[in-house]
Amino acid sequence: MCLAIPGKIISIDSQQEEVFRNGKVSFGGIIRQVNLSMVPDVKEGEYVLVHVGVAITKVDEKEAMQTLEYLKQMGEMDELDTSETKEKTQSDN
Amino acid sequence: MKFLTEYRDPELVQEYLKKIHRITTRPWTLMEICGGQTHSLVKNGILDMLPEKITMVHGPGCPVCVTSLSVIDEAIYLAEQSGVIFCSFGDMLRVPGSTKSLLEVKAAGADIRILYSPLEAVELAKANPDKEVVFFAVGFETTAPANALSVVHAAKSGVFNYSILASHVLVPPAMEAILSDDENVIDAFLAAGHVCTIMGMEEYYPVAEKYKIPIVITGFEPVDLLQGILMAVQQLEKGEFKVENQYTRYVQREGNIVAMKTIFEVFEKGDRIWRGIGSIPNSGYEVNDQYKLYNARLKFNLNLPVAEENAACISGDIMKGLKKPKQCPNFGTACKPEHPLGAPMVSSEGACAAYYHYSSSTGRKEVIT
Ligand code: SF4
Repeated sequence: MCLAIPGKIISIDSQQEEVFRNGKVSFGGIIRQVNLSMVPDVKEGEYVLVHVGVAITKVDEKEAMQTLEYLKQMGEMDELDTSETKEKTQSDN
Repeated sequence: MKFLTEYRDPELVQEYLKKIHRITTRPWTLMEICGGQTHSLVKNGILDMLPEKITMVHGPGCPVCVTSLSVIDEAIYLAEQSGVIFCSFGDMLRVPGSTKSLLEVKAAGADIRILYSPLEAVELAKANPDKEVVFFAVGFETTAPANALSVVHAAKSGVFNYSILASHVLVPPAMEAILSDDENVIDAFLAAGHVCTIMGMEEYYPVAEKYKIPIVITGFEPVDLLQGILMAVQQLEKGEFKVENQYTRYVQREGNIVAMKTIFEVFEKGDRIWRGIGSIPNSGYEVNDQYKLYNARLKFNLNLPVAEENAACISGDIMKGLKKPKQCPNFGTACKPEHPLGAPMVSSEGACAAYYHYSSSTGRKEVIT
């Protein structure tokens, strides 16, 4: 039930009151009306995470990339580790 | 789809599995909190590919599973009142109450609607001024802002024929209940990513410190889960117990301030009975005094007797990580998705249903390390 999926903001409707602010969000081409009151600073073209019709956060695109690179970064750290300790251990991990 | 499919990359999954196999030297038991995570682990066959030394147990993060029998009975009572349109997320309909389920009540003619969002229920109330619209507001911290927002929308729009039956549950008190159980077997937690999107990380530091347990806030896709497992096992192997965040693309340390404000505008904390586990202090949200006009319990004077749980269902032991679904004598025999004895067999996020639908049960597959 905590399922939430990312979608791209297509348009933001203007509303008098912040709690009613909504917009159109595309989920891989399927477009739905989503409440945007909890992501006050989002703009069209940005991605939000949507749960039961409400956007609950903006996607941090930089972090999204870094998550995918995590192992690579870890690998580099391993190499640093091994080169530093090469004399003491022969382990290549 | 962007920000989704990349985290299912089979090659990356294999890389993670290799790394986890390489660093695991001792037996560890990890609990993923959220039923969505359980579903993803089982469906993607990850449980079968982890090192044998790693045991994943499946936590209480499935609202369908932990909503108490008494609350289901309350929902059924409300749905049966004439002039009521009872609205719910779909998964709650098949959960057995004391004598029947919402689905059976619907089949008998009650006006029960399955909605995607609580905000739709407010619109329904506007369109049906001669009816009382009640929304079954279940869920964890992830869902609480949307449910609270529906009440704010109703109040601001002058809609008075709307109310909610609130049965919100909270993760950190449940973690503490599990950890303080004498039989506790859990070495590390994968905390529920979307819950932390709302609430942030702060609540978890005291838990990690007090119980000396690693807590890794983790997402739902295979790469997320494996990265979370890797981070937790690294901590365990080094003897650390930190709060770490794997789900950085959606979780910030301070959470979503606007969402939290919305929650506390409408709800207050209170004790809550968890199905199979029992009452946990301060583990739920109830509508506060200011919005009492929108509290279905008060509006309809609900005062039903506390219902006895079905003793044949061992869901409590499963959600505390003490037993696996297949250790339940009723699994797949007396209890199946078509005729569930307990709630974890109903929703696919329930551990029993996840095992029933997906698990190969033939043991672990080889991972070449
Ligand atoms: S298999 Fe059925 S009876 Fe057994 S624990 Fe799961 S839901 Fe309960």
